[in-house]
Amino acid sequence: MASILRFRKQCYVEPVKFQFFQPQTFDKKEETVATEAKTALENNEKRNKRQQKERSCVNSCCCVIGYMCTTWWLLLVLFNCLPAAFPGFQVPESPGTRLKREGLTALHPVVLVPGIVTGGLELWEGKPCAEGLFRKRLWGGSFTEILKRPLCLLEHLALHNETGLDPPGIRLRAVPGLVAADYFAPGYFVWAVLIENLAKIGYEGKNMHMAAYDWRLSFQNTENHSGGPQSPNDVSVSLLAHVPEILIRDQTLSRLKSQIELMYVTNGYKKVVVVPHSMGVIYFLHFLKWVETPPPMGGGGGPGWCAKHIKAIMNIGPVFLGVPKAVSNLFSAEAKDMASIRAMDPGLLDSEILRLQALEHVMRVTRTWDSIASLLPKGGETVWGNLDWSPEEGYACDLSKKRYLQASAGDKDTNGSDVKMGFHVKDSNKYGRIISFGKETLQLPSSQLPSVDTKWKSSDPLNLILEKCSFHLHKWVLIKILQQEFLGTRTIKNTNSSCGGEVWTEYDEMCRETIRKIAENKPYTARTALDLLRFVAPKMMQRVDSHLSYGIADNLDDPKYTRYKYWSNPLETKLPDAPDIEIYCSYGVGIPTERSYVYKLSPNDRCKSIPFRIDSSVDGDKDSCLRGGVYLADGDETVPVISAGFMCAKGWRGRTRFNPSGIATHIREYRHKPPASLLEGRGLESGAHVDIMGNFALIEDVLRVAAGATGTEIGGDRVYSDIFRMSDRINLRL
Amino acid sequence: MALIRRRKPIEPSKTSVQREEEEEEEDNSKNKHPKKSYKNSTPKWSCLDNCCWFVGCICVTWWVLLFLYNVMPASFPQYVTEAITGPLPDPPGVKLRKEGLKAKHPVVFVPGIVTGGLELWEGHQCADGLFRKRLWGGAFGEVYRRPLCWVEHMSLDNETGLDPPGIRVRPVCGLVAADYFAPGYFVWAVLIANLARIGYEEKTMYMASYDWRLSFQNTEVRDQTLSRIKSNIELMVSTNGGNKAVIIPHSMGALYFLHFMKWVEAPAPMGGGGGPDWCAKHIKAVMNIGGPFLGVPKAVSGLFSAEAKDIAVARAIAPGVLDKDLFGFQTMQHIMRMSRTWDSTMSMIPKGGATIWGDLDWSPEEGYVPSKRKQKNTDTQEASQDGLKSNISQIKRTNYGRIISFGKDVAEALSSDIERIDFRDAVKGQSVANTSCRDVWTEYHDMGFGGIKAVAEYKVYTAGSILDLLHFVAPKMMERGSAHFSYGIADDLDNPKYQHYKYWSNPLETKLPNAPEMEIFSLYGVGIPTERSYVYKLSPSAECAIPFQIDSSADEQYEDSCLKGGVYTVDGDETVPVLSSGFMCAKGWRGKTRFNPSGSQMFIREYDHSPPTNLLEGRGTQSGAHVDIMGNFALIEDIMRVAAGATGEELGGDQVYSDIFKWSVKIHLQL
Repeated sequence: MASILRFRKQCYVEPVKFQFFQPQTFDKKEETVATEAKTALENNEKRNKRQQKERSCVNSCCCVIGYMCTTWWLLLVLFNCLPAAFPGFQVPESPGTRLKREGLTALHPVVLVPGIVTGGLELWEGKPCAEGLFRKRLWGGSFTEILKRPLCLLEHLALHNETGLDPPGIRLRAVPGLVAADYFAPGYFVWAVLIENLAKIGYEGKNMHMAAYDWRLSFQNTENHSGGPQSPNDVSVSLLAHVPEILIRDQTLSRLKSQIELMYVTNGYKKVVVVPHSMGVIYFLHFLKWVETPPPMGGGGGPGWCAKHIKAIMNIGPVFLGVPKAVSNLFSAEAKDMASIRAMDPGLLDSEILRLQALEHVMRVTRTWDSIASLLPKGGETVWGNLDWSPEEGYACDLSKKRYLQASAGDKDTNGSDVKMGFHVKDSNKYGRIISFGKETLQLPSSQLPSVDTKWKSSDPLNLILEKCSFHLHKWVLIKILQQEFLGTRTIKNTNSSCGGEVWTEYDEMCRETIRKIAENKPYTARTALDLLRFVAPKMMQRVDSHLSYGIADNLDDPKYTRYKYWSNPLETKLPDAPDIEIYCSYGVGIPTERSYVYKLSPNDRCKSIPFRIDSSVDGDKDSCLRGGVYLADGDETVPVISAGFMCAKGWRGRTRFNPSGIATHIREYRHKPPASLLEGRGLESGAHVDIMGNFALIEDVLRVAAGATGTEIGGDRVYSDIFRMSDRINLRL
Repeated sequence: MALIRRRKPIEPSKTSVQREEEEEEEDNSKNKHPKKSYKNSTPKWSCLDNCCWFVGCICVTWWVLLFLYNVMPASFPQYVTEAITGPLPDPPGVKLRKEGLKAKHPVVFVPGIVTGGLELWEGHQCADGLFRKRLWGGAFGEVYRRPLCWVEHMSLDNETGLDPPGIRVRPVCGLVAADYFAPGYFVWAVLIANLARIGYEEKTMYMASYDWRLSFQNTEVRDQTLSRIKSNIELMVSTNGGNKAVIIPHSMGALYFLHFMKWVEAPAPMGGGGGPDWCAKHIKAVMNIGGPFLGVPKAVSGLFSAEAKDIAVARAIAPGVLDKDLFGFQTMQHIMRMSRTWDSTMSMIPKGGATIWGDLDWSPEEGYVPSKRKQKNTDTQEASQDGLKSNISQIKRTNYGRIISFGKDVAEALSSDIERIDFRDAVKGQSVANTSCRDVWTEYHDMGFGGIKAVAEYKVYTAGSILDLLHFVAPKMMERGSAHFSYGIADDLDNPKYQHYKYWSNPLETKLPNAPEMEIFSLYGVGIPTERSYVYKLSPSAECAIPFQIDSSADEQYEDSCLKGGVYTVDGDETVPVLSSGFMCAKGWRGKTRFNPSGSQMFIREYDHSPPTNLLEGRGTQSGAHVDIMGNFALIEDIMRVAAGATGEELGGDQVYSDIFKWSVKIHLQL
């Protein structure tokens, strides 16, 4: 304040004083007998004064900055002198301190498996534009480099388009150790709170391990590219021929195995408690299969490895059955927080200032990441619902206050029978239609929709080859499309030659007519959405299909299920033979979570733009779950309850064919409660996908299990959502 | 009531009027003030305004400079350097990549003492908010902010040599543990960057960071560090197609790895249970950089009076303040108290006693003249030999064997002239410590005047009696240390007592593992005067202070002397004398000896020190100094070639500049 006042005085008072005092001085001069020389002197002074007055503006500026800096420094000093605990705001006692007083001590070694996006990546070899960034974080940390040279960084973050491995000349590797994912950005904790609480009861580097991995790769590729054609018509293998030296990657799975074995031995033969988060869950599922598989493809740990080394798997926010968000992300790069690149400069993306085309860049980069495809919904229509039916229907979204509708008698009868649902149409949300074009499509009963499948099947594949839409399309892509028996509509050759040059996204290789046809096919379910992706991004899905699978196994003993592409899909693998392991599904509930999308064609016809866009103008009634083009269901803001909880609630519960040894499963739900005040930061009772890592109740559970408690000792199931009812409706053979 | 009610509205108005008047007056006075100043023709702002204006200007220029710095391309400093000194040589990574070298053998770094980072896992109240922050290494911000708290957390338990209750300080994991010691002060970073150029990355490089304060066996007891190293080497060898690992220990890491090699093959309860051929199966080469195999004299002075120059880098952080007891902090005592709880400093006390380090009249280095090496570079070998002889006759003999001597005259006197009174039985007497010194614990306070005097009257200490001296002045510490370390020479290596872990880090009391294909390199810098023995005096300020001090006034008159500031120097890398780093490879292990029964190959690679030519070069690319040598291009190239598959012979065998072979011959050690 004082500085402003002074500034005002300099601006207002000083000019006044000049006008006011000049005559006075002249008076004085007249009174005294002044020589001419003297007046000349004073005139000079006056001129100086005037110059000073002109200069005073700059001076004042400097002055103000000086004041600001000084106060800033003073505040900084005060802040630093301040005791760590701010008086007046009492932090509730952390679970670590409390449990330490209860007498809990570190018993079982803990392995933390981070999820997608949260792990840091650092540069080991780069293009000239990334000079000076050796071993600096490109991902995670302060992200200053992304802002400084965005294009260069995106180039380094992208993987090779065809192999899904490093592009030549670029090596980006996961940061090892606890620092990999304790904080994602400065002040934005991921694992830090949990680590700190674990440390309070005695954990430290020797019994806590962060299994950091390069989250961009498909899971098997984090070990190395286990070459060798999986099937004779696997095209990607032949493509690998000209990039042989980059095949070997980080051997992350071997390292994890060796670390677990080491910790098991050095901590007095205590089994390990594994805490995976988000995508880490299916990564660890992959690991469980990998480690017991014999060497060429697996880790060769033998069939008893898991039973010997693992006590419990505490999945946090698990994405066992995928997330619908992954579809929208791959389809139009529009998921809301998974691609947190977007979150960094939200406004910029949609506006086209400077022709940055940020979204398109993001899409180009994320499509090279196999891992995002690992999050695509699994289990198809059986799990995620079809055109008319979905397990969550009847869920009411009163966003301001959560309430769960009482299950009507009718609902219970309709287990798996789609036909009866016809009369429910107007009330229920069509969650099953993961992508639909236009709002009206959403409301129509399935009988009035163009019957998608039959139309495509009746098509003549030859037409497609003869009148292929783009010469950019490689032959193998077309063959792949034919294999899928997709798209029978006649397409017109309409390549936009003005957009020549580098191909960014595979949308560039499609003609407008095809794009329109895609939109005409109206709604897509979890199964057809995959076909849709295979059509719009054939190369990517080609690559991905050799690493991942999204189906449901009919016969788990079929020898094909020994291949690694099935290992991360809980519906196509058996859990290891280890009856003593406990599996927990811990996740937040009570936050509206993206479940299905309403799309529209993008009005923008510029080249290299993404032709589809979420229709954010579509809103439902007040009570509806439709907000801004997105249907919301219960979940933790990223993962719907059905994906997080189904396996623990039904798929693996008891002795099923997916869980032959009868591993105990526990569901631990945490009701979301937003932070009461700003001082609480991200909340101590949050249920959001990442913020839940700071949830005290969850931390306490993890600590108790790590200190030796079993699932029943910490209270067995703890359920707030409708997960059991929803699971009942899913008609999956067990 | 009515009155009050009537008055109430009036009063505030009055006061407000008054205030307005006051303000007007103020304004007037301020207006008058410039009037006066105008009369005096000194138009000035107030002092505060000027200050702020000044600060503002500084801030603005600072910001502008910062902005320019950020905008500047990263390669700009290189341009400047090249413009001044001409084109720089390619870093070895680039050069060897052009030659086609590729990553082959996995590489393990073993950092030395002091250079590894330590972070806090559990602490007392005063260390709130420092969880998982670095206490050692990094910016050292906490040292300044809460020095006593920091000392408390860095100290170990005085009797067990492990964590004090309620405090857990643990080594940082991964390459970050020792790539930079402080911001901008590289240790391993240059080597890592160059290795990365030929394809190394996290999966093929491993930093075996350990808590360097602990004794070697205790790192296993507390953190299972040795098990981790074993498991990691096994993993890297198996995932890299069976290519054996190349181990690169630096400084104390060389001793640590020596310990590891014995530990890993020893049977399970005490050792790692890897079996007798573990080293042969997993290790291709051990490339010791500046390894103090036989200890360093500096460790003695460090323990004796906390005065070593860079072992306690803590000293270097605030050099001037330490000696003056400005704020009554008693910094030296605190440091001494802290460093005496660290067992690891005792691992570097000179080993081998008088046989290696010389006795009162003899030392292997005698006749060494600092300036000689300059001549040697120009003259032929024979000529320098002649010159050497003449030199010996000219100058006074330097008695390097007398590691500590009290007074310069004693250091130079003939051994027969020195009157010595044995200190060992001296009564230590009452504590001299007055109550104000109580909080600062060093064992000197338990010693009393009698003990101190007795120590000074013994006059001269050789490497053998140094141990007795330390046992006398710091009995508790040495008791702890002697359970973990040994400093002698084994008569019979097959004696079962040598299976105890306290002998494992002493190369003179262990056999090398049975691995004939393993190569051991000794890489070190030469050409820098290195502390070898000290001239001490009794400290004048007896109260609360450490009673002994290096007599920095002891200097020789003529230029060629090795005595500078109370310290006799010899050839070395500024910390480790050539004798310590080179003797084992030059003689002790060379060929099939009793210390090296399987005949592993030995190579000595010396790097002649040449200081950086200008400031822009930083710490130089041809440095031979103990830590700076990690940025020496020739050394890096050697390491990379070996890592890419070359053998010692292919590197060019021995590369020697110093007199190490000559000195080694003078040492009579049964082999």
